[in-house]
Amino acid sequence: MTEPVLDVRGVSKRFPGVLALDDVSLTVAPGEVHALVGENGAGKSTLIKILTGVYRPDAGQVHYLGQPVGFGRPLDAQAAGISTIYQEVNLVPLMSVARNLFLGREPRGRFGLIDTARMNREAGEVLARFGITVDPRLPLHSLGLGAQQMVALARAVAVDAKVVIMDEPTSSLEPREVETLFRVVRELSGRGIAIIYVSHRLDELYQLCDRVTVLRDGRRVHTGELAQLDRLSLISLMLGRDVADVRRHGLTGFSAHDAGDVEPILRVRDLTVRHQLHGVSFDVRPGEVTGLGGLLGSGRSETAKAVVGALGADGGTVDMAGRRLKRRTPAGAIRAGMAMLPEDRKAEGIIPGLSVRENIVLAALPRLSRFGVVSRARQDRVVETFMKRLRIKAASPEQKVSELSGGNQQKVLLARWLCLNPRLLLLDEPTRGIDVGAKAEVQALIDELAAEGLAVVLISSDLEELVEGADRIVVLRAGAVVGELSGDDVTEDNIMAALAQEAAHD
Amino acid sequence: MTDTTAVPAASVDRARLARWAQDYGVYAAVAALVLFNIAFTDNFLQTATLRTQLVQVAPVVIAALGMAMVIGSEGVDLSVGSVMALAAAVLPLYIGYGFWPAVLVALLVGALVGVVNGTLVAVVGLQPIVATLALLVGGRGLALVFADGQLKGITNPTLLELGTGELLGVPYTVLIAGVLALVIGFVVRGTVYGRQLVAVGGNRAASALAGLPVKRVLIGTYALCAVLAALAGVLATARLGASDPSAIGNLMELSAITAVVVGGTPLSGGSIRVLGTVAGALLMQLVRAMLINHDLPDSSAQMIQAAIILAAVYIARERRTR
Repeated sequence: MTEPVLDVRGVSKRFPGVLALDDVSLTVAPGEVHALVGENGAGKSTLIKILTGVYRPDAGQVHYLGQPVGFGRPLDAQAAGISTIYQEVNLVPLMSVARNLFLGREPRGRFGLIDTARMNREAGEVLARFGITVDPRLPLHSLGLGAQQMVALARAVAVDAKVVIMDEPTSSLEPREVETLFRVVRELSGRGIAIIYVSHRLDELYQLCDRVTVLRDGRRVHTGELAQLDRLSLISLMLGRDVADVRRHGLTGFSAHDAGDVEPILRVRDLTVRHQLHGVSFDVRPGEVTGLGGLLGSGRSETAKAVVGALGADGGTVDMAGRRLKRRTPAGAIRAGMAMLPEDRKAEGIIPGLSVRENIVLAALPRLSRFGVVSRARQDRVVETFMKRLRIKAASPEQKVSELSGGNQQKVLLARWLCLNPRLLLLDEPTRGIDVGAKAEVQALIDELAAEGLAVVLISSDLEELVEGADRIVVLRAGAVVGELSGDDVTEDNIMAALAQEAAHD
Repeated sequence: MTDTTAVPAASVDRARLARWAQDYGVYAAVAALVLFNIAFTDNFLQTATLRTQLVQVAPVVIAALGMAMVIGSEGVDLSVGSVMALAAAVLPLYIGYGFWPAVLVALLVGALVGVVNGTLVAVVGLQPIVATLALLVGGRGLALVFADGQLKGITNPTLLELGTGELLGVPYTVLIAGVLALVIGFVVRGTVYGRQLVAVGGNRAASALAGLPVKRVLIGTYALCAVLAALAGVLATARLGASDPSAIGNLMELSAITAVVVGGTPLSGGSIRVLGTVAGALLMQLVRAMLINHDLPDSSAQMIQAAIILAAVYIARERRTR
């Protein structure tokens, strides 16, 4: 192998409370397309931020072009030739394409003024080389996202990048745009530019990448030729499950329910959201926990959000208890008897400045009031009931919810939904980021609710939780249902097998 | 994340002091100023002096009450001064139909402006500062068009009585401001709308997911704010005895925002302090009156007001770093 252009040696990075990177090494040769994969919290973004000078490593060394380097700022990394392309294009949308391409190194004419004519001409030439035919004088925002990404790529190459880091570049692209992007990536690699490619789409990785590094929980768990690693092995590396030895039982607080042939309470058909969901269909029965499985970015959360109307759908139908939901809005979904616990507790769940009591009664407020005037007595009854039932630990109902631990905040949110007496509960990562004790309690509660006849949809990145918790699992990949498991078929093996299937040619 | 680890005693005291200042600082400042004025300002305790102070501050209090609600929703309304001018401008146009129809039309115009503001913010998705800036500029222009750019005398006796009359020794304007403060206080604390408003201001995404009528709450809040501003415009006109749309409500948006901020309502939304807002308005009024009484030039009065605003914002800043 040729001399590596980038050589990361034993890098560690600690944040308060977590070791985000633990002795991670990575070498990338010129012209190589190197896949960097891992689930949430694996350390990918931390590693990228170290490579681009956003963070400094606590231990270890980064060698670039054979020299040890320590970039103080992102600008230094860029100047040295390490360019990063994020999923969100970070260029100046209101400036012209040409200005964006040449930002900071515009060709100068007389009196030091920008030579616009020359800049536009050169920009056109650069773009043409990438197969993009746009007028470089147009403002960037008038281009499609894919074309914008191509401009970002062209800019990265135009500044003489030797390493290009691409973080989920295709997540908002059309299939045709993806093709163009791949062609450009291959051309760059042909010119000896090293590419670190981060994506959750396995198909893309296998199409594009030479080697792969798998991170998990801040550690490097595998590096090698991608072609020698089949999909199942790759997934099991990412998820940390041994393919042969998956079956383990009794670690979570779940038990099986038998919903039998009960009529589904929720029927979702062909749910479509641009770029995110492509015709998702599934049923949910009362008294049963239906799991939504899949890797990060497979459309699990989007499915839940689209069902309750928090994400605008472009097509498809949702029938709740035999009634079609027309104009889908969160308020309408609640009226129909649905409740969704969002994934991001901080951003979409708690109202930090309000008390535990007010956070619990938030959605039920109109029901707990008369003529628009809130009834404190009725609130207190509900709050007391649920604080007891869910064992919410707070100094008093009047304590600010932001002062509680993550697990108790999560229980407050569960209480918010349960006091509406829903018939369907959608739980998006209900146990993420909460301590072990609270986790078992929440799992036992989910179990109990299903036993009482509630229909539950469970989304979890934790395979074990999903397998133990769900009676049936709908497996999603790239925004489409790729399999459904029920009964004895609900095993980690089968989920991984469904995830690893070759994508149908689309 | 909110583990209470051992903290040195000094910083506990400091934190407690900062918290106390946030909760009660504005009241303490008002009390201190009143005591100072009793001691050092001649004739301060005479009813005529107190009356003048209260009559002057009443429109500010009314406008600031609406502003407090808008700021609590994580917004701001720059158009309150212009809405006052609009209300003042339409009064003489409809006063021929009598006192009540004219006032009603003035308030209605306010409501209309508020609904436009609220729609721009909640439905179109403009930033509040931009949405209401449009009406800050356009509203006053429209008011001048209505009024033909002229000052018009008011002759309706009921309207004039509203401006100068009193009940049991309390001027009507002061009475109205007081009652409104109580009403808004109740609306914020005790009604579904009020609690939903605070929730929307605290976390809009979470409120939407919890099925709250976010758009309706926001539009209603801007409408309420503008109606209150229109009422302030009616009262100011009544007191002046003339409709002067080029002068009424000038810079009122800043006075109202100042009262709200000094009163301890955070600009980041999610909390509304009604009583604090009233105290904030009183504080700024007392400071100005005191400085004028002691023959300090207006310029230094402005600088002292600026210092108070900075102090209030500094105290509020401690809240978030805690």
